[in-house]
Parts: sequence; C-alpha cells; structure tokens
Amino acid sequence: MAGSIAGVATLVGIACLGSLLIAANAIDPMMEAHAWIFFFLTAFALLSIGIWAGGLTGRNPFDESFYEDTIVKFGVAAAMFWGIAGFLVGVIIALQLTWPNIFYFPDLGWTNFGRLRPLHTSAVIFAFGGNVLIATSFYVVQRTSRTRIAGGLWPWFVFWGYNLFIVIAGTGYLMGVTQSKEYAEPEWYADLWLTIVWVAYLLVFLGTLWKRKEPHIYVANWFYLSFIVTIAMLHIVNNLSIPVNLSGSKSYQLFSGVQDALTQWWYGHNAVGFFLTTGFLAIMYYFIPKRAQRPVYSYRLSIVHFWSLIFIYIWAGPHHLHYTALPQWAQTLGMTFSIMLWMPSWGGMINGVMTLSGAWDKLRTDPVVRMMVVSLAFYGMSTFEGPLMSVRAVNALSHYTEWGIAHVHSGSLGWVGFISFGALYCLTQWLWKRPALYSKSLVEWHFWLATIGIVFYIVALYFAGIIEGLMWRAYNEYGFLEYSFIETVDAKHINYMIRTVGGGLYLTGALIMAYNLVRTALGHGEAADVAVTEPNRTPALQPAE
Amino acid sequence: MYETLSHFAQTWGLALFVAMFAVALVYALWPTNKTKFREAAYLPLEDKDPGDE
Repeated sequence: MAGSIAGVATLVGIACLGSLLIAANAIDPMMEAHAWIFFFLTAFALLSIGIWAGGLTGRNPFDESFYEDTIVKFGVAAAMFWGIAGFLVGVIIALQLTWPNIFYFPDLGWTNFGRLRPLHTSAVIFAFGGNVLIATSFYVVQRTSRTRIAGGLWPWFVFWGYNLFIVIAGTGYLMGVTQSKEYAEPEWYADLWLTIVWVAYLLVFLGTLWKRKEPHIYVANWFYLSFIVTIAMLHIVNNLSIPVNLSGSKSYQLFSGVQDALTQWWYGHNAVGFFLTTGFLAIMYYFIPKRAQRPVYSYRLSIVHFWSLIFIYIWAGPHHLHYTALPQWAQTLGMTFSIMLWMPSWGGMINGVMTLSGAWDKLRTDPVVRMMVVSLAFYGMSTFEGPLMSVRAVNALSHYTEWGIAHVHSGSLGWVGFISFGALYCLTQWLWKRPALYSKSLVEWHFWLATIGIVFYIVALYFAGIIEGLMWRAYNEYGFLEYSFIETVDAKHINYMIRTVGGGLYLTGALIMAYNLVRTALGHGEAADVAVTEPNRTPALQPAE
Repeated sequence: MYETLSHFAQTWGLALFVAMFAVALVYALWPTNKTKFREAAYLPLEDKDPGDE
C-alpha cells in the first residue's frame, strides 16, 4: 500500500524537479511556459498526495474487498468535460472555414485555424476518447476479473498523468508547438511523459488480470489489452526523435522522407485501428450485453473477430500514401489488407447487433441501447466505406477532399461518439447507483439531435468532397485545368454551412447529455426513486483465500 | 539488409502469421471449448456490485 504511494510520489517529484530545472534554463518561451505548467501541476499533485496520505491514519485506501470506482467517476467527468471542449472547438473551426473573414483574428495567433484544428482532433480523440477508454477499461477489468484494480495509487497516476499530457498537448498547439505529425503533434518531452504514463497503464491493467479471480479472461479485456499494447508500440516508434536542446521544445525526427511518411501512417492508421476501434469494441462487448441483459451473441465469433482484426489492421496504413514515393507493392499491400479488413469489421458489428436477440424491444424502449446499436450501424457504414476508399482508383478521387473528412466523422461522431455516450450514460447510472437516468426524454433529445447532426454533417461533406474531387480533375478542350483552386473552394461554401449546423446540433446534444448526467449523479428526477442511503460498504468481492 | 528482411517477411514471416492465426481459429472452434465460451458469454451479466440484488 505505502509502496505505491511512495513510488508515485517519487516519480512525480522527479518530474517536478526536472521541470523546474528546465524552466530555469529554457531556451524558448514555449518550453518555458510548458515547464512552468508542468512544475506547478506536479507540485500541486505532490502536495495533494501528501495531504491525502497524511489523513489516512492507518486506514487502507486500497481495500481489496471493494472495487475502485471513484477513479471511474473522475474519468466520466473528465471525458464529458473534454468532449464538450473538443466538440466546441470543432464547431469554431467549422465556422472559420465557412466564414473565414468573420472568424479570423490576425492579432490573436493562437485562434488561427492551423492552431485550433489539431486542438480539436486531439481533444476529441485523445482527451475525450482516451478518458472514456481509461475509465471504462478500469471499470470493466475489475468487474470481469472480479478483483480490485492492481497497483494501489498507480491507476490514479495513470489518470492524472494522462490528463496532464492532454493539457501539455493542448496548450502546445495553441502556442504553435508541433512536430507536424498528424495525431502525434506533441513534441518530445510530452511524448516521453506519455510513454511513462502508458507503461504504468499497461502494468496496472496486466496486474489486475494477473490477480483475477475469474479463470477466463473476458473478450473485452483482450480488446483493451491490444489497444494498450499497440498504442505503446506505435507511440514510441513514431515519436523517435532527437531534441535540439534538452531545454528547448524543438526536436527532429529520426526517420526522413518516405520512411518517415510510412512510419507516420503506420502510426496514424493504427491509431484509428487500435485506439478508435479495438478500445471501443471492448466497450461494445461489455456495455451492450450488460445494458440489454443479453449474453454476447456468439462468443466464438468474438474470438475470431479479435484475432482477425488485429492480424489484419496493422498492415492497412500504406493506403494513406497512394500515388506517393512509397513503393507500389507497399501501397497495394495496404489496399489489400484494408479490403480484407471489411470481414472482421462486419463480423464484429453483426455480433454486437445480434446480442440484442430476444431483447429487440429495448431499441424502442431504451434510448441508451438504441444509441449503442446506432453506433454499430455507423461502424458498419464507415468500415465498408474505408476499404472502398483504400482502393487506389477510388482514392484518386477521394484523397485530400472533404470526402475524407466526411468518412472520419461518420466513424468518430457516429461510432466512437455514440458508443461512448452509451457507456457514459450507463456508467453514471451504475456508479452513482441510480435506478434510472435523470430524464429519459432528454436522452431521446440527445439521440435525435446528434443523429440528425451527423446526417447533416456527413451528407454535406460527401457532396463537397465529390464535387471538389471532380473539379480538381476537370480539363478543358485545350488540356488545361478547368477550374482555379478558389473556384473549388467556393463550390463547397453551402456545404460548409450545413456541416457547421450539423456540428452545432451534435454539440447541443452533448450539452444536454452533460446536464442529464449531472442531474443523474445528484439523484434528481427519475434518478431519485430509492431512499438515499449512506454509501454502501458491503464488500463486493470475496475475501482472498 | 532490405533484401533479406523483405524476403523473410514475404516467406517465413507470412507462414508464421498464418500459423499463429490458425491456432487462434482452432482454439475458438475446438468442440470441447464450447461450454466454456457459452459461460463466458454471460460473464458481464453475472458481475454484481455492492447493493445489487
């Protein structure tokens, strides 16, 4: 018990002193700002650990007969906060693209589209999605292993350490700190910190599996594990770089040219595969059966689903580099594996949807179940579209156009967003032990606003993308390009407006959800049926033999 | 170096991965595992929280 507290305090203390040293010697203002942020937050963490540990007076905070649920509650709150922040920035940059003259502030460099766009992508993927994954993985691994999470204070280090990384990454984008790699923009020092956090995450997860009381490792845990292990590998290899100065924010990549490009898209596509897919499939395999009170449709299929998905996904990255300096055989390999990926994707989708066998009425009666099943419909759509777009001839039309943006948003808003919302609704109700959510009709509002928002968003950008792609390749009778670039931009103006409305609807839905979750946690409305009792201290777990 | 690695990847590497995947497939479909997997499918429904009846 004391070991993990001392261990975390030592590590945070080293980080605190190290950042003070860097702050004193910083050679650029961005590094100085980041070192101070790091210093103050780690100092605050040390102080908090000290006060908290001092107040324990012999009580064991890591009692093995209880699940650690407080950390999951923090994760739910963090996910909701970052989700709204990320969706809001998305709407702002959509407005900037639609009315660039109105939403352009030359005196405020940090509001520039180029700074805000990575803030949006990282906020929704890593801040929102990452917190959903950490929270749900801690919840699921404890319950399916029937044991408390391992590592004492280390899970808390993972949670706060990860969110510290998010703060460093986000403020870095606003200040213009970037290594210019899609989804891997944070510079070397943020990457090193995330590596430490991620290794701790892996050890906490493995430690929990190691001391499990249930002999079988449930399939959701396999999906979580593949997410954690693969992200560790991708993150380390794609961020191999040499800092110019240990007190400066700039670094240079180890790889160059086409090797760097292939490493980047091996990382980039597998971030989609192992962050945005396997992690959220783990959510599907736990939360849909649990919410619908039906067993997994085919457990055998889930095993085949898992192994085929991870064996195939890892090779699909080169489809991002069609018609580049990448050798043709590598492009074809990426395309072939992307097409093969259709099978496990749809196998998994069918397995999730069919889990509702015998409980189809819940689609009508429980909007949370409906949300999770619609997320699978979007998963099916975008995993059909992805292989299609990876075909070289289709890619010739779709690449670099709004079609790509439509595709990723059908996957992220529809699949990742909806399955996360479903899990957050479930977790809030279960963790705060409420008989129901505060308001079911507000869930209906959220569901329909968000669904209509996505449809507006993706249909507008499919139109924009195909129009744009066709205009780019149109020649006149003399063999010159038919359209100037600005004409292709002008052609999508109306679509940009519709996209902004769609994004606004999606954000509105999320705000309604946040309100609903807060009222549920407080036990208002339909969540208030049972008498409020003291926190139940009945042991959840059998004492260790 | 490149030649050696790509030759290995396209021959023995491929064979190794196919074999590994085949093992996973056999495990999933092995008849005696059937009851184990049927029970595992109910795993999320059986975990109880403090206070659950």
